[in-house]
Amino acid sequence: MMRRLLLAILLVGATLGVPVDTQQPEPKQQEEFVPIDQLPPQDQLPAAPLLVTAYSFVVLALFAYVISVARRLGVVQRELDRLQSDVKRPRT
Amino acid sequence: MFARVVWLVLRKDLTVEVRSLEIAYTTLFFAVSCVLVFAFALVREGRAPEDGAAGILWISIAFAGTLALGRAFERERQSETLRALLLAPAARPAIYVGKLLGIVALLGACEMVLVPLVALLFQAPLFAHPVWLAIILLAGTIGFAAVGTLFAAMLVRARTRDVLLPVLLYPITVPVIIAGVRATATLLQPELDMDSIRFWLALLGCFDVVFVTLALWTFEPLMTD
Amino acid sequence: MPKWFVPAAVVCGLMFAAAPILIANAPYESTMGLVQKIFYVHLPSALIFLLAAVVCGVASVRFLFGGNPRHDRIAWAAAELVVLFGIITLVTGPLWARKAWGVWWQWDVRLTASLMGWMVAVAYLLLRKYGGPGSDKLAAGLALFGMANVPFIYISVNYWRTIHPTTNVLPTLPVSMGLPVWFTFATFFLLFILLLRMRVRLEEQRARLDALYLSVDA
Repeated sequence: MMRRLLLAILLVGATLGVPVDTQQPEPKQQEEFVPIDQLPPQDQLPAAPLLVTAYSFVVLALFAYVISVARRLGVVQRELDRLQSDVKRPRT
Repeated sequence: MFARVVWLVLRKDLTVEVRSLEIAYTTLFFAVSCVLVFAFALVREGRAPEDGAAGILWISIAFAGTLALGRAFERERQSETLRALLLAPAARPAIYVGKLLGIVALLGACEMVLVPLVALLFQAPLFAHPVWLAIILLAGTIGFAAVGTLFAAMLVRARTRDVLLPVLLYPITVPVIIAGVRATATLLQPELDMDSIRFWLALLGCFDVVFVTLALWTFEPLMTD
Repeated sequence: MPKWFVPAAVVCGLMFAAAPILIANAPYESTMGLVQKIFYVHLPSALIFLLAAVVCGVASVRFLFGGNPRHDRIAWAAAELVVLFGIITLVTGPLWARKAWGVWWQWDVRLTASLMGWMVAVAYLLLRKYGGPGSDKLAAGLALFGMANVPFIYISVNYWRTIHPTTNVLPTLPVSMGLPVWFTFATFFLLFILLLRMRVRLEEQRARLDALYLSVDA
């Protein structure tokens, strides 16, 4: 129960912490071609954070899944071992 | 033989429904309240948005349809007639088609009230091309009901059936709803864009064929214990 | 676990280690620059997302009409992988789109259909978890409809005017970009096989546990 609560708080905190710039001001209509280094800074979007976030997310997601399956497998394996030892034990 | 079974199942459902009108009244009222909630939520400066008519119509049909599907099969479950139906020496696909037509008839009755209501509340010229509207509504309703009847029948014996039906139904029927909304919205434009309407109708027809075929194919193995 | 599992896992790990080198050495795309490198994970994960959906659908059909519980286990495992690779695709895509298209999300055909396909897989998992007895067959029926969505997702981008690149991009890639993307695809594919096998093993052990419980309670 506590673990689930902690996980929920962690998730909420993480989503709030990620900067989401959806509230950008409307960009001015460009009349002609402007090379990217002459654009005003708010129209330039650095690619590196997006790239790093993407790759980190992939690694984290795959990792989280492998851990989830391994954990579930461990639970079932323990239960299986316990039951098998119970069966082997002579019944009173 | 197939058609006879379909007609018998359909007649049974309609007879039971006409006697009590329970599902019809409750579903209708729910659909009307749905439309009203949308109208109140989207009203700005005392007027409802005119562009919302198509979307709101189809959302109300989808919600009301889900309710009707749940109730229809709940009734079968409560009177334990489902087992009788399955034991009957009738082809299972015929039973499915009979149930499907019953649901389509029920939703059609709802739509006959919803369309004038939406047209009134949103000042939408839904009656400008009534034949096309009827075809679009029929195609969309069949697509929605085809998947819905299958899933509702499947879920009758499941545990959390009430909440699982929308969970399973909506992702699959979203393409049908989208096509229905776009076709209806195109119909509401001042000049009729026949190519666009034909395209969306073709898409709806495609979905109908695929969904009904898949449902007929899987109804038998899904309904066996 | 079968004999091929550990060697395959080692190979997969090595491929994952080698992939960033290949990706870093690939040339920059002319208009999008650095952010285009997300392509090298977005595309393979999208292809595996579709592949997993097809595997789930085919296994579900075989289970529905054959009744072999092994197919049911494969279907359930594949559904979880649809959710996993789907979420990877649906997150890396918008991260790329934010810079390439200027918006996080666009309600065009491919994105909408992919999102709906992903939600069908989530619904499958919910049904398996909370549906009670008999939910294995019901979920198989659901997976069948989900699989019907897959070709639609794939070809939709060729027939609708959309902001998403068409399927013509892949065959016409230059070798310098084609090599990293196919290498990453091979890595993801191997990973898919490994994860599928691992997840199926979980279900096999659960089935063994149930059988043991039933024999003990006699």
